[in-house]
Amino acid sequence: MSAQNLTIVQAVRDGLYTEMNLDDEVLVMGEDVGKNGGVFRATEGLWDEFGDDRVIDTPLAESGIVGTAVGMAAMGLKPVPEIQFSGFMYPGYDQIISHMSRYRTRTRGRYTLPMVLRAPYGGGIRAPESHSESKEMFYAHEAGLKVVIPSTPYDTKGLLISAIRDPDPVIFMEPKLIYRAFRGEVPEEDYTVPIGEAAVRREGTDVSVFTYGAMTRPTLEAVENLEEEGIDAEVVDIRTISPMDRETVVESFKKTGRAVVVHEAPKNGGLGAEITATIQEEALLYQEAPVKRVAGYDVPYPLYALEDYYLPSVARVEEGIREAVNF
Amino acid sequence: MSVLQRDPQDQVRVLDEDGAVVGEVPDIDDETLVEMYRNMRLARHFDTRAVSLQRQGRMGTYPPLSGQEGAQIGSAIALEEDDWMVPSYREHGAALIRGLPLKQTLLYWMGHEKGNKMPEDANILPPAVPIASQIPHATGAAWALKLQGKTDKGVLCYFGDGATSEGDFHEALNFAGVFDTPNIFFCNNNQWAISVPRERQTASETIAQKATAYGLDGIQVDGMDPLAVYSVTKAALDKAKNPDEGELRPTLIEAVQYRFGAHTTADDPTVYRDDEEVERWKAKDPIPRLETFLRETGRLDDEKIDDIESDIEATVADAIEAAESDPRPDPSEMFEYAYAEQTPEIRAQREEFEALREKVGDEGFLRE
Repeated sequence: MSAQNLTIVQAVRDGLYTEMNLDDEVLVMGEDVGKNGGVFRATEGLWDEFGDDRVIDTPLAESGIVGTAVGMAAMGLKPVPEIQFSGFMYPGYDQIISHMSRYRTRTRGRYTLPMVLRAPYGGGIRAPESHSESKEMFYAHEAGLKVVIPSTPYDTKGLLISAIRDPDPVIFMEPKLIYRAFRGEVPEEDYTVPIGEAAVRREGTDVSVFTYGAMTRPTLEAVENLEEEGIDAEVVDIRTISPMDRETVVESFKKTGRAVVVHEAPKNGGLGAEITATIQEEALLYQEAPVKRVAGYDVPYPLYALEDYYLPSVARVEEGIREAVNF
Repeated sequence: MSVLQRDPQDQVRVLDEDGAVVGEVPDIDDETLVEMYRNMRLARHFDTRAVSLQRQGRMGTYPPLSGQEGAQIGSAIALEEDDWMVPSYREHGAALIRGLPLKQTLLYWMGHEKGNKMPEDANILPPAVPIASQIPHATGAAWALKLQGKTDKGVLCYFGDGATSEGDFHEALNFAGVFDTPNIFFCNNNQWAISVPRERQTASETIAQKATAYGLDGIQVDGMDPLAVYSVTKAALDKAKNPDEGELRPTLIEAVQYRFGAHTTADDPTVYRDDEEVERWKAKDPIPRLETFLRETGRLDDEKIDDIESDIEATVADAIEAAESDPRPDPSEMFEYAYAEQTPEIRAQREEFEALREKVGDEGFLRE
């Protein structure tokens, strides 16, 4: 395989391009995705390549975008609608919850919706109000949907292709803080990364740190810093928020007996709560310390003057890990 | 000139309230005309029986359709086999024409999810309960057909007057106009969104005129005149498939009608509307209207009507018996359809559920 050195947003584009070339039924739709190539350039050049009927600039209407994609998918196309920012998914929320997640169940499998709803999400880019939310649990709580959040360019392309090929609807949330933060090797060919499998990013024996999306990087940095203090941490990138890979979580925890969860979503009802409960249910007797959650606070996402205080920082992650280890 | 080429305020009619011809009778063969009549009678009888089943506790909440047979059957019969239908939750009559057996409609309202499973060869999407949410699906479906090069198919979508207040209605019609999709948006304006009158939904004089805002043709039709409904639906379908130069495919049809009964069996319409209004609309009943026309043109007589009557009674009775004798759904089905392939979590929950059911029996779950 020949490889390219791509950022995450370039890997999104490459994933779309690769799959659109292979499958005529795949189409991209949304606001500014066509000629403009997307406000983050995630669809750059696709319109030139595939034309008006496969890269479609829609009216500004999120419910219309999701709802018409539901109709298209019911008729056998594979639409990949983009919502420009996840903070604007709410006008389409009724379509996501009332239809996208339920179509297969309601019709006893007569119709299934092979669609992927993409949206950049998360904070840290000095964006205005309603451009920084991390609401992945809204969708994870809804059976019938799959929720995927990549953290590397390689995973982004492989997971996106898996999502497009998946017969079920997938919410694909892209951590925009790291859209361009670094590059990684991405094969030019098509390949898949399986949905529903977590990745162990670093092996360790003292404590398991569970994270995903943009928080993977500060977590890895914190863990590296703590090496000097003699702490040998394992880092697990959850990658698929729903269905979560409980097996990898439990196996890692059984090895270390200590857990820290890091996410930028609010602590209340976040994935940290789900991971903690899973550990309680399946590995209680291995537990050496309370599970520590390093998360966003339970406040509306602040304007950017304060966002650095809201987001888990390297120092906060380090403190969290120390707390779990020194209990 | 197409029947669509007229002002949205100018209501299309073929039969007056007494069944006398006042407009252009559409070109339909005798057999189809009688079939139309039979299906309207069938829908009415089904509806009466369904309400009664609910009252007897044999069925859950049910939305009655009486009064709307002309709009439902008149429009659905205009569809060709390859066309698609996107219903709301009240189109039991229209769905029957599309190939959804009455038994399944009953099962759905009896709480069996499989009533939602459309037969593989029936081009119909499942009934949508959240108001207006099916309209973007219809646009998307028609859009997909166009992208797939299947421009010989149209998509007929039903919704009520209340739905026109929702954002989804506007988004769907706007998309349809922008992308020129083969859609027929069919508003069953039955005057009431539960207890709220049409005047409280919109200040527009008609719903049909809203089409103008999206660049579409809007047409108002007497929804209790099945022949007029057939004419406009047929014309809209023809245009969706073969528009003239510079003409847009989609059409908004406002079928003006009345629901004789409650919004659903959970609703009491005497609270919000008076008897005089109901009686006034009952005088427009689509069934005697079509019957008069068919009798006077020699297409129906007492004997044929007796045959139809006994036939529809047997058909509905059979459907009720079939639905009621259908086995309870297997509870494990709950877990079966959420995803194409069950997730480990769902597999585990299913196993846990089945083990518990084994242990405590169905009594451990069922409420009296």
